[in-house]
Formats: sequence, structure tokens, C-alpha cells
Amino acid sequence: MGEIRTEELLMNIGPQHPSTHGVLRVVVKVDGELIVDADPVVGYLHRGTEKLAEDLQYTQIIPYTDRMDYLSSMVNNHAIVNAVEKAMDLQIPERAEYMRIIVVELNRLMSHLVFLGTYLLDLGAMTPFLYAFADREKIVEFFNRLCGARLTYNYMRIGGVKWDAPNGWLDDVREFVPYMRKQFDMFHELVTGNEIFLQRVKGIGQFDTETALNFAMSGINLRSTGFNWDLRKNKPYSIYDRFDFDVIVGENGDCFDRYMCHMKEMVESLKIVEQALEQIPEGPVMGKVPKIIRVPAGEYYSAIEGTRGELGVYIVSEGKDKPYRLKFRRPSFVNLQLLPQLLKGQSMANLIAILGAVDIVLGEVDA
Amino acid sequence: MADFFSWVDKPLDGMAFLNMVIGAVIVLAFILGVVTYTIYFERKVIGWMQWRIGPNRVGPLGLLQSIADVLKLLIKEDIVPAKADRNIFLIAPILAFFPSFMVLAVIPFSATHIFTAASNVGVLYYIALSAMTIIGVVLGGWASNNKYSLIGGMRSAAQMISYEVPLAMSMLGVILLAGSLNLVKIVEAQQAFPYVWYVVPQILGFIIFIISATAELNRTPFDLPEAESELVAGYFTEYSGFRFAFYMLAEYVYVFAMSALGTTMYFGGWSGPFLPGWLWFAIKVSCFIFFFFWVRATMPRIRTDQLLTFAWKVLIPLSVVNLVATAVLKYLLK
Repeated sequence: MGEIRTEELLMNIGPQHPSTHGVLRVVVKVDGELIVDADPVVGYLHRGTEKLAEDLQYTQIIPYTDRMDYLSSMVNNHAIVNAVEKAMDLQIPERAEYMRIIVVELNRLMSHLVFLGTYLLDLGAMTPFLYAFADREKIVEFFNRLCGARLTYNYMRIGGVKWDAPNGWLDDVREFVPYMRKQFDMFHELVTGNEIFLQRVKGIGQFDTETALNFAMSGINLRSTGFNWDLRKNKPYSIYDRFDFDVIVGENGDCFDRYMCHMKEMVESLKIVEQALEQIPEGPVMGKVPKIIRVPAGEYYSAIEGTRGELGVYIVSEGKDKPYRLKFRRPSFVNLQLLPQLLKGQSMANLIAILGAVDIVLGEVDA
Repeated sequence: MADFFSWVDKPLDGMAFLNMVIGAVIVLAFILGVVTYTIYFERKVIGWMQWRIGPNRVGPLGLLQSIADVLKLLIKEDIVPAKADRNIFLIAPILAFFPSFMVLAVIPFSATHIFTAASNVGVLYYIALSAMTIIGVVLGGWASNNKYSLIGGMRSAAQMISYEVPLAMSMLGVILLAGSLNLVKIVEAQQAFPYVWYVVPQILGFIIFIISATAELNRTPFDLPEAESELVAGYFTEYSGFRFAFYMLAEYVYVFAMSALGTTMYFGGWSGPFLPGWLWFAIKVSCFIFFFFWVRATMPRIRTDQLLTFAWKVLIPLSVVNLVATAVLKYLLK
């Protein structure tokens, strides 16, 4: 008998696949179940946000940012308005600042709940997905009452926010905070201690701080390696310096640490919401801004801590009412760069575990 | 009536054959009904565990949901992929589905077991036939000419072969205690002195049995062959219509059959006080089925390499220990 001929299998994971979280396509070469080579193909959701922005006034750009990272639209809103306000040196009312912080942190919590649900779904557990979404739904309802949309809020404006909180809204959020805290005890009990879950995520998809920095990673992906870097603390913007919260860092930089960072960061977000609710003053929610917003000529970069990392906005202005060039530094796109290196030598099952923990949103990868 | 179905002990003639066929058809129809409501039960149970209601639209309380689903599958187009190996693709689901019904022939549903055979090699017959399903699964995965199906089929082969071993070995303990491969005799042995179900002396064997059974049934946390998040639908990715229904049917019939086997081997089958035997049997089987569904709603999925390591390095040594301990105990207590 001669030697059995074997060959590597070329597989297209996606663009339509249950666990690529959208339309990511990963071309993998597998030898049996082991991945020899993986090549992510992006661009299926490209809408040309940056190019479109060149023909839009600054306020008109805001709804386009909603559609970038569609799980955390408020954060994207904050990025663009914060960048323009910094460039124009605008003062915005106190109440508007607090409203922004409350919605941004709630949105961060909401986005991480989606991570929790979908990640466990990727690992084969159905139930946590529904539990996480039931709680997420409560926040979605809050946003719906605030701005009439469940996903694409278009809530912030340059100089403030569009709507003040409706009657009773702040009280309801205040009641929600302790409820949500209790839910985390349940999540930890249901998921974190599960032996099979630990087997699937511990020591998987590990990388060190140096690699993460070389690949310009940010957010939880960077912090999970033990590197303390959070723009809310390191380069405070808005009014983050007034709140007392911890930056969550991991130790090993594996999937388990990234999961734990997500879980703990949600609690920190609740802390910030709680403090903001205590401190929020009365007053207007929209400052005095010029009728037509013109950013003075020049180049500006400002970044905020997005849900998935450093969300930067780079504006090149010629002093007109539209940007000459607008560039978003989208953390999902940057974080995805490391994927081929992480996947080499892993099994098919680990592909899903690793991709899920890197936590990308395809709307943001492709913009 | 009892006379009509007493073909078991008679020589085979025309009338006995006719009776046999009628008996088989009745069991088949009965099992189909049971399976239909097993699926309904699963969806309801998992729904409640996930803060949902579950099916409640078709018929009162959604009781006709499964029937509607089956009808839909039957009238759907039977698609054969252009590049599939046509003949094998067509017969693979049937190969997977036949043994699942055949194993039920030896399960004693009640003390009178009018429709089922009290075969002297019942346990062996069950194990041998249930292993045949794997052929249908592998062929289906291979013939689909789809990479996901192929990987699903291969995983399935590796998994089923690995877990057949501890499953059979764990049952050897019971066989040693009862001194018979006949499932009826095993139940009767549990009714006799010392009046204890084998789950008590065979607790280790039972744990191995239930883990291996879950793996053998391809259910969470061992549902790798059809791991949705990795392989879309595993070996039946390319199947649609009634061929898909055959695979699903085989899966659920096995859930019932495995529960019935577990009940018979470890929980005294139909035996129990006050209630009639068939009701005891139904209650015990329902508990088993509920357990499988409960685990499905609770657990994430294990990885292929971990799954195989677990079988060969943990379950098989443990089942050998169990077997030897049982044999020694039996010898000492004789």
C-alpha cells in the first residue's frame, strides 16, 4: 500500500456564517482540524462613511457614525462631537456633559452584554445569550424613551445633546443600576465557574503586551495583557476626571482574561452611571453654538475610549462647514490585524473562541 | 388480545408474521408520536429555562407545532447538490434512521412487553445496531461534497467510536450483576432480592453511562458534529426536506431509546409501586429526556481534542475500574 495522499482543505468561513458576527470572511487553510493559515477578508459592509463625510456638514455626519459600531452608537456620537468641539474650543453645558456620560456608559454596558451573549453562543451555550439580551433590552428601552431609537440614536449634537431626559427617566436609570449589579452575580454563577467554559477559553488566543502594542491594539484587547491604558484615565476627556472608577486589567492576555475584563468593565460602567446620576445638575442641554459649524482650518486628532478601544477622529479642515477629510481610527479594524497570527496552529473550534474574544463589530471594521 | 400478540414464542407462520408486522407498525406509530412530543417538550423546557414561552401558536398550547414542522419538511423540495455523490447522498439519511427504530425492538416497555422481543442478547443487539447509525452520518457528510459536512461527519465518527467503548463498558457492570444480556431479565433481577435498582451499586457506571450517552447522542456539551457556531449544521448542512427530517428523527428516536435503555439498565425499567408498569416506565424515561434537555440549555460545547482525551484518558480507565470492582464485589458477596 502506498502512502495515503493528504491535502490541506481551503475553507471559506463566512461571509455568511453563524459566528463571524456579521459579514467577515476568513479564508482558512486547514490540515485536518488544525489551521495552517488564516486570512481575514474585510469590506463586505463598506459604506464609504469617510468619503461621504466630506460632502456633509458636521452635524450631518453624526447619524453616519451611528452605523459604524452599531452596538455602541452613543460612543461613536460622542467621538465625533467631542472631536469637533475640541477643534472649535466650544464650551458645552454641564447637564449635557452628564447626560453624555450616562448614555455612553450605559451603551458600553449594553455592548458588553452583547459580547457576553454572543461569545457564549459561539462556544455553544444558548441560554446566556437570552439572559444577556433580556437585560440589554432594558437599556435599549431607556434609549428608546430618550431619543426614539433603539439602535441608531443620533442623540448628541455639537454643543450638547438633542433631548433632555424625559420625566422620570433618570429615576428609572437610578433604579436599574442596583438591579443590574445583582444580575452580574447571576452571570458569574452561571457562566464563569463552568468547567467546560474555562477549558475552552483559558490559555487560548494568548498574546503579550509587546505584540499588542506593536499591532496598535487598544481597549480590552490591550488591557487584558496587563497593560494599564484607558483613555478615560490616561487622557481624560469630557468630564471623566470627576468620577471614581477602576481600569480593569488582565494578566495573561488570553480569551478568559478578555472575557473577565468585559464582565468587570460593565460593573465599572455602572459605577460611573451611578456617580453621574448623583452629580447631574439642572440646566440647559444645548450650548450656544454658531448656526453653521465651521471648524477652523487645520488638522485635529482626538480620541475617546470606545467600547472596543481607542476610537479616534482625525479632521482635516479648510475652515469650511464640511471637513476636507475625515478619518476614523476604528478600534475593531485595528484589533483584527492580529487575527491571522493568533489563529495559526489552532483548531477550528478555537477559531471561533479567539475571533469572538477579540470582539469586533463588522460595521466598524468596514465603516 | 394477549393471545393475538403471543407470536413471540411460536414458530413463524403466515399468521404470526402478519401479527408481527402489525405489532411493529404499532410500535413505530407510537414512537413517532412520542418523538413528536419529545421535540415539543424540548422546545418548551428550553424555552422556560431561557425566559421564553416556547411554541404556543399552532394548536392549543402549541401542541400541534411539531406536527406542522414535520408536514412542512415533508412537502419541501428534496434538494440534491449538483456535485454531491447522488446515490450515497440519497440513502445516507435512511441508513442513519433505520437502526434507530430497530433498537427499540428489545426495549421492554412494560412487564407484558407484548410488542417487543425479550432477546437473550438484547444489550448487545442495542449496542451493535446503534453503532450502525454512524455509517449513515459519515456517508451523509462525505457525499454532500461540502467541507463543513465532511468535517462534521469525521468528527462524528471519531466521537461515536470513542464513546461506544465506555458506554458498553459501563453497562458491563450491570450485566455482571444481573448475569444476563436480556433486558427483561435485567429488570427482573432488579425486582428480586436485594430490591435495589442498579443505579445504587453501579453509581460510577451510571455516571459513565450518562456522560457517554450524551456524547453518543451528539447532544450538548458534546454536540460537535453539528456545532452550529463552527460547522453551520455539521454533517446535514446540505440536507433539506424529508431527508433532513430523517436525520432529526433518528436523533430524537435515539434520545428516547437511550433514555429507555438507561431506565431499563439502572432504574428498574417498568418496576415501581402502586402505579402500572408502563406509567413507571414513562415517568422514568421522561426524567432521562428532561435531563438531556436540561444539560443542553446549561452547557457550552467542549472542543474536539478535549472530547477525545476525556473519553480515552478518563472515561475508559474509570469504566475498567468499575468493571473490575463489580466483578470482585460480586465474587466476594456470592
